[in-house]
Amino acid sequence: MADFKHLIDTISNPTILFTSTIIIFFFIFPINDWFYKWNRRLKLYVLWSGKGMLIAAIIMAAFFMFGLSDPDFRSIVLKPDNVPISGLIFLVYFFTWLSMHQAYENDAKLERGESIDEQYDAPNDKVLVWPDLVYVEFIALILCSAFLMIWSISLQAPIEEPANPSEAPNPSKAPWYFLGLQEMLVYFDPWMAGVVLPSLIIVGLMAFPFIDNEPAGSGYYSFKNRKLSIALFMFGWLVLWNMLIVVGTFLRGPNWNFFGPFEYWDIHKLEALTNINLSEYIYIKWFSTGLPDSILAREIWGILLLAGYYLILPPLLAKTVCKKIYERLNPFVYSIFIVLILTALTLPIKMYLRWMFNLKYIIAIPEYFFNF
Amino acid sequence: MAETISKESATKDPGRRPPAALGKADSSDQITRRSFFSWLSIGWLAFVAATGGFFTMMLRFFFPNVLFEPVQTFRAGYPDDYTVGEVDLRWKNKYGVWIVRNDAGIYVLSTTCTHLGCTPNWLSSEQKFKCPCHGSGFFKTGINFEGPAPRPLERFKIVLADDGQIIVDKTRKFQQEKGQWNDPEAFLKV
Repeated sequence: MADFKHLIDTISNPTILFTSTIIIFFFIFPINDWFYKWNRRLKLYVLWSGKGMLIAAIIMAAFFMFGLSDPDFRSIVLKPDNVPISGLIFLVYFFTWLSMHQAYENDAKLERGESIDEQYDAPNDKVLVWPDLVYVEFIALILCSAFLMIWSISLQAPIEEPANPSEAPNPSKAPWYFLGLQEMLVYFDPWMAGVVLPSLIIVGLMAFPFIDNEPAGSGYYSFKNRKLSIALFMFGWLVLWNMLIVVGTFLRGPNWNFFGPFEYWDIHKLEALTNINLSEYIYIKWFSTGLPDSILAREIWGILLLAGYYLILPPLLAKTVCKKIYERLNPFVYSIFIVLILTALTLPIKMYLRWMFNLKYIIAIPEYFFNF
Repeated sequence: MAETISKESATKDPGRRPPAALGKADSSDQITRRSFFSWLSIGWLAFVAATGGFFTMMLRFFFPNVLFEPVQTFRAGYPDDYTVGEVDLRWKNKYGVWIVRNDAGIYVLSTTCTHLGCTPNWLSSEQKFKCPCHGSGFFKTGINFEGPAPRPLERFKIVLADDGQIIVDKTRKFQQEKGQWNDPEAFLKV
């Protein structure tokens, strides 16, 4: 048992956890035909069968039951703030399963030449708002209110000492739904992670149906015809949002250090986290000259790197990996698409740069509050 | 199944009257066009008055009766009250500053993290300030070295009064990235 806990703690190291998650993710949600072929060959689609859901749910529940025997795991999971996250893990899995289950079933039906469930047969399929819809909504509303009341009565809010601006709890965690943002803030300047990136996430998610307006597979649950859109959306939703919330809840401890779920929260845990900017890497470590006085000369490498990322990479991708996408979308829609994707990718890229090379900022101009 | 039920309920349900019949149940208290409009005007005026009053009350909140404005300048005792090599926490709660004395003199650090404004903790065993919100770390000098904080902690003006006491003035701040730490008032030579 101790070995198993140690193993879980080891793979909870962010670099290992994220690398394995990203690799596994694209086999489960294949982004193109190559991954789709492997998804079929490895039979990963059983995850979306009824049996698959049952087994996965039992494994997750068993892990939680086992974890509750550990005092460190218990103290995190049973904290009233964190209870919703445990629920979130199951709920997100269930709703992902629900849609993917129907999508794969529809794909199979269409392959066999049958008609799908969502086929709308006017006017026989017409349903009235009242009573058919509103009645169901009303029942759901009553049940949800009852559930929330029972929950709020039985699980008390953890009231602490009176607020004191000069004393921050250690670790200071945002409300659970903001933990993904808080994790982002570790790698970016506040105006980037707090303003620019969240706005782009919302705009980007809303832009999906406009960027991908292919009629095939539209209007009903399907996966085969919309691999790219679904895989990209799910990457943003499951990995870059929900997973960051789970990481922020279960793996961040005192002094905002990383801890395994079975690790004791030691305030004095020693971690070598000294990080430096790209300019310091280039001028001090590689050129050994010391930082130049002029801000432009100091930051020119980072600015060039970022310019290349946004100006040279998109046409390069259009000619190579994203050739098919570029041909399908017009150049304007393609530019919006690729800028959104590249911006979303700055988050995992910056996380890896921090974890592996202790890189703080690519462009750092603290004199004018501009850090990237 | 659903469509057959809904169709029946929409057309054959004897308990339902057409909507046009609903308002005409009683014809004795019919209202005239004139009285309708005067009631409508009264209704709208009441609505405007209520929302106007509400927004006036909202506006009033922007001008509080009492303002919490802590003193920005304070006397922090004599230089000898501070041990060489120690970070002094005694003014942290009241004024939000750490007073640090080294071999050469004394300087005053702000307790506001330069990343997003939390209050870091002084970890004496590690000899660093560590922010519990996003993990920024600062040396005893205030220089940032780990986590996302983009610039060092700010320092405040420190001078000696005529009676030999230290005066800390939080209205003057000195930022290292602007080269202001070399200012004579940013550091008290002892």
